[in-house]
Amino acid sequence: MKTILRAQHLSKTYGLGGLFRRAKINALDDVNLNVESDQPVVVSLVGESGSGKTTFAKVVLRLVEPSAGRVVVFDQPVAGKGVKPDKREFLSIVQPIFQNPFEAFSSYRNVDSYLMETAIQVNGLKQAEAVEVVADALASVGLKYEDVKGKYYNQFSGGELQRISVARALIPHPNVVIADEPVSMIDASLRMNVINLFLSLKEEFRISFLYITHDLATAYYVSDHVAVLYRGNVVEFGPARLVLTDPRHPYTRLLLDSIPLTNRKWESKQIVLADIETKEYQLEGCKFRNRCPYAREICGRQRPPLVKLEDGREVYCHMVAGHF
Amino acid sequence: MIKLDDIVASYTTIRGQVNAVDGVSLDIPRGHIVGVAGESGCGKTTLLKVLYGDLGFPLSLKRGTVRYGFRDGDGKEVTSSNIKEFWFRRISYVPQGSMSSLNPVVRIRKQFTDFRGRGESERGVLERVREYIRSLDLPPEALDAYPHQLSGGMRQRIMIAMATFFQPDIILADEPTTALDVVVQKGILLLLKELQERMGNTIIIVSHDMGVHYQIAHKVLVMYAAKAVEFGDSVVVFESALHPYTKMLIESLPTIGDDQRRQGVVGRPPSLWEDLQGCRFAPRCPLATELCRTKEPPLRELQPGHWVACHYADDGL
Repeated sequence: MKTILRAQHLSKTYGLGGLFRRAKINALDDVNLNVESDQPVVVSLVGESGSGKTTFAKVVLRLVEPSAGRVVVFDQPVAGKGVKPDKREFLSIVQPIFQNPFEAFSSYRNVDSYLMETAIQVNGLKQAEAVEVVADALASVGLKYEDVKGKYYNQFSGGELQRISVARALIPHPNVVIADEPVSMIDASLRMNVINLFLSLKEEFRISFLYITHDLATAYYVSDHVAVLYRGNVVEFGPARLVLTDPRHPYTRLLLDSIPLTNRKWESKQIVLADIETKEYQLEGCKFRNRCPYAREICGRQRPPLVKLEDGREVYCHMVAGHF
Repeated sequence: MIKLDDIVASYTTIRGQVNAVDGVSLDIPRGHIVGVAGESGCGKTTLLKVLYGDLGFPLSLKRGTVRYGFRDGDGKEVTSSNIKEFWFRRISYVPQGSMSSLNPVVRIRKQFTDFRGRGESERGVLERVREYIRSLDLPPEALDAYPHQLSGGMRQRIMIAMATFFQPDIILADEPTTALDVVVQKGILLLLKELQERMGNTIIIVSHDMGVHYQIAHKVLVMYAAKAVEFGDSVVVFESALHPYTKMLIESLPTIGDDQRRQGVVGRPPSLWEDLQGCRFAPRCPLATELCRTKEPPLRELQPGHWVACHYADDGL
């Protein structure tokens, strides 16, 4: 079996504030994830803002150096102390798609020049060969090279631009694509076109996706596995259908309870307000305890242990562990 | 009843004028939460600005008026031309990204008392503000803070508290929860709902998130390319939409627990710069005919309280 994605004791600490009263934020705090499969999979990372989703993506993409721990993608170590993969080789395994397609392309450059650049620099092709590869990549996302060539980003809709971003990512035939909130800037009527594209690429090119989102409904639709993050900690990880329909961690429950669905009205009225956010990162024990309706004394004292459930799920919670 | 009569609102740009709202006529009943849904660029925010009377370069009202259903001190009917005199007291506005519109160097309490009426002492107003803040379950200490000391959700609640302090008849909220986390969003939407139930006023809330409308709006207006395409009770619209656009939009949304395959809508909204003829959704509509491409469908009341702009809506799509 291939290791699609493995994070071991992954941590990243950012400094916050000025010279004085400097605070530390553990954007990732001892994150452990392991996805092994022979088939391509979609792994979703969900959580609210400040949960560490984007930091995780940046570490995997080698844009940020982790403070501790290491990451393996498709059997290759990609981040961690002393890990220095060859750049070209790395980019042919892992490719990114970013959140805002309108900001990903410069207004001074033709959109197709980004695709050509990837084909020439990463695949090492000559100009003439590159055109063919670019045209193929665009065709696989349902666009024609002639319709894209020589145009600027403002001549496309958000959905089309994001397809072009996907086409660019496909050029080096990567094994894993990291998509950080790829549809949040796209209009609702076009969103599913991009999401369905991921599913068909997964089948056709056997590409695995790390899908990072705050939208639990699309995560449910697209993923095989889901990891729920809270303040830099994984709180629940497992098969998407189990985690999102029968959550075991109180935070996953709160999150699922709060999303405005279009088929079921909200029932409960009272919600728990967040604590001062920056303080939560530094809490010992469970970081969710101040908002958790079930919190007990042990939650403040001890870090929640990993509980492996029979259904293949991993939950970090004292209550699930049966400590009270 | 708020009556919109053939509203055409346009922006002046270097390229010329573009109509962001193009001929919207609608009666909005009082005492409801009305959701305005649609994609970016469909004219939601512009419609809200027109309703607020916030007209100024580059936005202008080219045609039509809004009548608010109340009279000023001289007994004259209030329309878009004189609604400004009633800002905050009878109509208030929570703008988009409003949690960033608080003055960063002034304490919250000062910003609250800024718009007190003549003859009211600052201390008196502040006392009432504290009372009001407490009734919304917000910590009164927040009043003594500077904006940066509060979280985004708290700032947004403060903005909503400001907009509702004078208990205005009409509250306009433009994407009040975009950029907030879902847990915080739920709290704010429930706060708005509770306020509406308490005061019985009209809240018009713009959001691109259909889930928000389903959860709190009594009525939903769906806009597409500067036109109103469907208006009705939100339960009815979500269960049996009459316009193909609304139907496709709602059906494209994935839901947890439902493994059905979803499809997005093919194509993209038209550019408002083009000379648009017929139904604006026709190029993306699988049911479009020659009639749709040439003749614009009017917004008509097909069932009591359910309005739709589609030639074929009565055939049951």
